Amino acid sequence: MRQFQFAGGISPARRRQDKVFKSVCFIGILTACLFLIVLLWSVGKDGVDRINGDFFTSFASRFPDKAGIKASLWGSLWVIVVAIVVAVPVGVAAAVYLEVFTSSRNKLASFIQLNIANLAGVPSIVYGLLGLALFVRAMSLDRSVLAGGLTLAILVLPMIIVVSQEAIKAVPRLYTEGSLALGATKWQTVFRQVLPAALPGIITGIILSVSRAMGETAPLITIGAVSVIRQVPDGLDSKFTVLPMQIYDWSTRPQAGFHDAAAAAIIVLVGMLLLLNSAAIVIRARSQKKV
Amino acid sequence: MDASHVVTKEKALFQRAFSWLHFREGAYSLVSFACAFVSVIITFSIVFVLGKETIAFFQSPDVTVREFFTTTDWRPTFDPPGFGMVPLMTGTLMITLGSALVAVPLGLASAIYLAEYAKPAVRKALKPILEILAGIPTIVYGYFALFHLTPFLRSIFGADRIEVFNAASGAIVVGVMTLPLVTSLCDDAITAVPRSLREGGKALGSTNYETIRRIVLPGALSGIMASFILAVSRAIGETMAVTLASGQTPNVTFNPGEAIQTMTAYIVQISKGDTPTGSTAYLTLFAVAATLFAVTYALNILARKLVRKYGSRFS
Repeated sequence: MRQFQFAGGISPARRRQDKVFKSVCFIGILTACLFLIVLLWSVGKDGVDRINGDFFTSFASRFPDKAGIKASLWGSLWVIVVAIVVAVPVGVAAAVYLEVFTSSRNKLASFIQLNIANLAGVPSIVYGLLGLALFVRAMSLDRSVLAGGLTLAILVLPMIIVVSQEAIKAVPRLYTEGSLALGATKWQTVFRQVLPAALPGIITGIILSVSRAMGETAPLITIGAVSVIRQVPDGLDSKFTVLPMQIYDWSTRPQAGFHDAAAAAIIVLVGMLLLLNSAAIVIRARSQKKV
Repeated sequence: MDASHVVTKEKALFQRAFSWLHFREGAYSLVSFACAFVSVIITFSIVFVLGKETIAFFQSPDVTVREFFTTTDWRPTFDPPGFGMVPLMTGTLMITLGSALVAVPLGLASAIYLAEYAKPAVRKALKPILEILAGIPTIVYGYFALFHLTPFLRSIFGADRIEVFNAASGAIVVGVMTLPLVTSLCDDAITAVPRSLREGGKALGSTNYETIRRIVLPGALSGIMASFILAVSRAIGETMAVTLASGQTPNVTFNPGEAIQTMTAYIVQISKGDTPTGSTAYLTLFAVAATLFAVTYALNILARKLVRKYGSRFS
């Protein structure tokens, strides 16, 4: 049998081995997809009955059936707005500095760059302790919206810088060189050519950091935000809670009714995150078409 | 040339040099540099804050550095207190190893499938799924582990072997959480291996499997290792899922069915309680966080070094 085989041909055993390996790899990614489906489906099933108008308009309560997410939804919104308002200008300016105004040979710039990359890997709970020591204690902002927002701003800053850098890098050199050749100064070029062209990428980055900030629990627990609050924040110095903290609080309670409320809050949270991410994908696809 | 002409020329030069435009250019550059420098300030503040409180912690008469890292009695809020952090370290180690058992094989297999086998359309459909998996907040994984995965494990292995809070459940969800990270970094490393090498392998008569095993994976090895290290680093810092699913019991055990406490879960526990500021128990927060920060920072630097190595390999 063997002598009839085509020279260099692949024996059935090797063919089988190849097929088995391909299936194993496929099973790997299939498992990941199945896990996602099971997770979303089982949490959805737990919480879907609790989703109604009252759930959005009532405060946390001692009674599971009456508990709602009004305070935490508004709290999330306040904290994220503060975080974005602080982190975006700083992050974009830093990205412009690193991409437009320095070369990779600049030692200080590459140190800053390395530092940003390392910051992105710091566990979020460590940022929480920084926020606790810096904002809550040293600046005595207490457990306010401002303290929470600033903590999250520090947390998402590396992400905003890195994504903005990518967006600026993708701007064709033609734009900047044309502008400089016509006599525009560097900053006129940045404001009139580079940033408008990089805007879709930067917005995508902002959306992704919003969704990151929206899901963060640990740093806000660490700065001492309380999870049960019966008021909507009315200023930067109000107390606040956020959706993930509400979910955590309800999950740790003994009554099963609260667990369903937690699942319902998860549906709201994940729903918003999926919306944000789809928006980011759409913006990215559109801008790619244009260029 | 009369004198007045020179004066106006100099005046013009002076005006140009200090014109509003020049001033604005300089100011913008300075501001943008300051913004970039903020990141350095953040790193230094982390080191300063954690370092300061950690030194204060070790200066207290209740504890020595050796005790902290080598003894197993962790009862910081009790009287008399115990400050041996070993239970937290073994707890974190359990979660880290367990999650690596999930994330490493599944993540690598997924990456190989995406990079080597999947048709472009399939790849395009699967990538967003991994992104969603990566984007789900950790608290959601915690909820799922506590209320769905743990009951499932208990029904299989028996409620007497798996406690309500257990390391296994937390480790599995942390593994799934870090899987997209492993997949996307391995995918990058694998696709960075030049086509010509693969084609060479195929031309010599290798099957896909043989090409991947003998050519692609060795070529992508440092990137793959880097992805494993980053996944481990992420697992060490993971907080909410393990806090919810694996419990708050500092416990030196290697039994995945038992409740444990990780370093991160301890920080949450103390933050939620009302430990007085400045007490030794309060200072443990910073000592534990400093350990966490040092370990993850070192792992990230190691991973970056590996990535740089493979980046230059084929260019």
